[in-house]
Amino acid sequence: MLSRVANSIYWMCRYIERAENVARFISVNLNLLLDMPSEEGKHWKPIVMTTGDQEIFEKKDPGYNQEAVIRFLTFDRNYPNSIVRCLAAARENGRSIREIISSEMWEHLNNFHLELSTERSLSMALQDPHTFFKIIQMRSHLFTGLMDCTMSHGEAWNFARIGMMMERADKTSRILDVKYFMLLPQASLVNAPIDNIQWMAVLKSASAFEMFRKEHHNITPNKVAEFLIFDNQFPRSIRHCITKAKICLHRITGTPQGAAINLAEKRLGRIQADIEYTDIEEVIETGLHEYLDNMQSRINEVGGAIGTTFFNIKPCSEATGSEQ
Amino acid sequence: MATFKTYDPEDFYDELIDETGKPRPEAQLLIDKIESLPEGDLVLRQKEAEALLLKMGITFNVYGRDEGAEKIFPFDLIPRIVSSGDWQQIEAGLKQRIYALNLFLQDIYNDKKILKDKVVPEDLVLSSKTYRKECEGFTPPRGIWCHVTGTDLIRDRDGRFYVLEDNLRCPSGVSYVLENRQVLKRTFPQVFQALRVRPVDEYPGKLHEVLEFLAPDHVQTPIIGVLTPGIYNSAYFEHSFLSQQMGVELVEGQDLVVSDGFVHMLTTKGLKRVDVLYRRIDDDFIDPMVFRPDSMLGVKGLMEVYKAGRIAMANAPGTGIADDKVIYAYVPAIIKYYTGEEAILPNVPTYICRNDRDREYVLSHLDELVVKAANESGGYGMLIGPHASNAERAVFAKKIKAEPRNYMAQPTIALSRVPTIVGDGIEGRHVDLRPYILYGKDIYVQPGGLTRVALTKGSLVVNSSQGGGSKDTWVV
Repeated sequence: MLSRVANSIYWMCRYIERAENVARFISVNLNLLLDMPSEEGKHWKPIVMTTGDQEIFEKKDPGYNQEAVIRFLTFDRNYPNSIVRCLAAARENGRSIREIISSEMWEHLNNFHLELSTERSLSMALQDPHTFFKIIQMRSHLFTGLMDCTMSHGEAWNFARIGMMMERADKTSRILDVKYFMLLPQASLVNAPIDNIQWMAVLKSASAFEMFRKEHHNITPNKVAEFLIFDNQFPRSIRHCITKAKICLHRITGTPQGAAINLAEKRLGRIQADIEYTDIEEVIETGLHEYLDNMQSRINEVGGAIGTTFFNIKPCSEATGSEQ
Repeated sequence: MATFKTYDPEDFYDELIDETGKPRPEAQLLIDKIESLPEGDLVLRQKEAEALLLKMGITFNVYGRDEGAEKIFPFDLIPRIVSSGDWQQIEAGLKQRIYALNLFLQDIYNDKKILKDKVVPEDLVLSSKTYRKECEGFTPPRGIWCHVTGTDLIRDRDGRFYVLEDNLRCPSGVSYVLENRQVLKRTFPQVFQALRVRPVDEYPGKLHEVLEFLAPDHVQTPIIGVLTPGIYNSAYFEHSFLSQQMGVELVEGQDLVVSDGFVHMLTTKGLKRVDVLYRRIDDDFIDPMVFRPDSMLGVKGLMEVYKAGRIAMANAPGTGIADDKVIYAYVPAIIKYYTGEEAILPNVPTYICRNDRDREYVLSHLDELVVKAANESGGYGMLIGPHASNAERAVFAKKIKAEPRNYMAQPTIALSRVPTIVGDGIEGRHVDLRPYILYGKDIYVQPGGLTRVALTKGSLVVNSSQGGGSKDTWVV
């Protein structure tokens, strides 16, 4: 398939997954507020810090309150990672490949984008944020479901899945990291009751609370981190995302699992191997935040490698073409 | 309320209602159906259809606005109906016209017989901006230049169809014909069946056949692509739609590269040869090495591969000369010259400003005439005399004197009208008709075409960029 098309479908899915995960970040706090109304106002800063974009936020509006953060992360057209901007980018990519994706996917994405741009969406997000961000997540799921059920699972689909999985792995690591930023001011609170509630909020934001409970009965930081990083079966764990992305990548290239020919396969394979041969104790020893930080850079590098391997193809003769 | 009881066709030819105010025979069923709808139902259906088009992303971009300024192409639910008698004449006329224009193109780029015989003035052809010297001595695959044409027809007060304009470069709009039809089938299914409306949806298949027919002889299963300028082009939806309907690649200039004497696509698995391009980029932009060097949309070296016969293109470069609005005036003579026949579809009478007598007449009758520049499209570069201000007319008078070759003028035609939903009621609005013609093994005219409607009361400008909309066209 055309490199440009592969690039667009990959980014379309990354952006949709990103939009969904911004909604999940915000939900961490909304979940916390349900359990501990007294915490209101304290945790909006960590949410913005998790995104890594607090500088941009502070330049605009130094007040960390619910409305300002929701407006910034959801509706700010000047902030490239806001939900509206992610959806606009996803739609733009989708529009350039609408003959490749199914019309169900396109119509849903188009509608998702159009509805988010209405006044009604803004007032709903401010007045009833729980429902609003739930809807954002459900629309993203609906898109994923449509992609799964209405589009052939060929090369394009595999690129789409890689985009989605890489983005999800990155964002799960950041959701887990929210907790690190929350604890920053008061390290002494580790294992206090508030600690538990915060970890529960983290799990819920990754839709992982119930699945976690089936595996583990009590919530400890190590177990939560282990679940979100290493669990084999939970579809938002980093390990799961990396494994799935790798399967799709090998389907595209035809390289047997276990072998690696191009840079993308090598880098992704290395992350997978590292995850398989690391355990949570080692992670804690390194420091959870440091580990996650490193993971995020490595996921980025895979993204770069996918770009050079598939999207920036140049003919060999181009360099000499003008001299002939 | 939307009803025909109070509808007034006024002093115009109305496509659905005759001069006594009764429905024309072919429109009777449709009008009965509309009259039987509960009050407000038609307007409601109209709104639903518009919402659906927006949701489906069937939109066009308006030039000169912010990026992302997408609008739906306004669409009116009440179709235009063409009787089979009228259609037979249109179809025969268009086939004759395209056949002759294709011979004309082949001739002026090769033997130039028609110029030597002084049927068309030589300097007029050679001075046209759209005459491509680069095509001299060239014969395109299978001898066909204009594979896809959209010819604009109008109907005057006398009920006759006239050719207003030929579009032989990259005519757009056919996707709206197909989409409008989908909406109408859902809205009036019974009427539709009962009338046996002729189908339009063969078009993508026919276009694919034409493109396959052009492929170089050495190719068994040709790789075909639609070449688009990209998502900011006003017709992007159509490019994407056609490539989807034909099941071929949609490519941009940046996806293509010339290597080893062939054109290739850049794919995730390396280079892949392309054999036929349906290009929706103007000549000027297709190859920066031959035409405009600043073009970012085209493919470097494409023309060389094309002239070597290693890739086919539809339409062939150079066809623009045949839709030059001054050359237009000579088309009846062109038809006569190549076929020996009189034109079945007449031209609108045309004054050629480079001729002294015509120019004097035009300059002294600017308030009655429509003046057009030779190579503008989309309703730009045009003066509608009776609707223009004195100042606007003065500007055009100056332009005509400065560059007489570049202008022609025609009497203002009282375009026919079709009942159209306006607010909660039905009013007459002026329309034209653009049928699409494909030239491959033989010539195919899609039954129907795009009826463009000037939605502003009294307006004669039907272009989408100037507040025009569209209607489905039923050939019965």
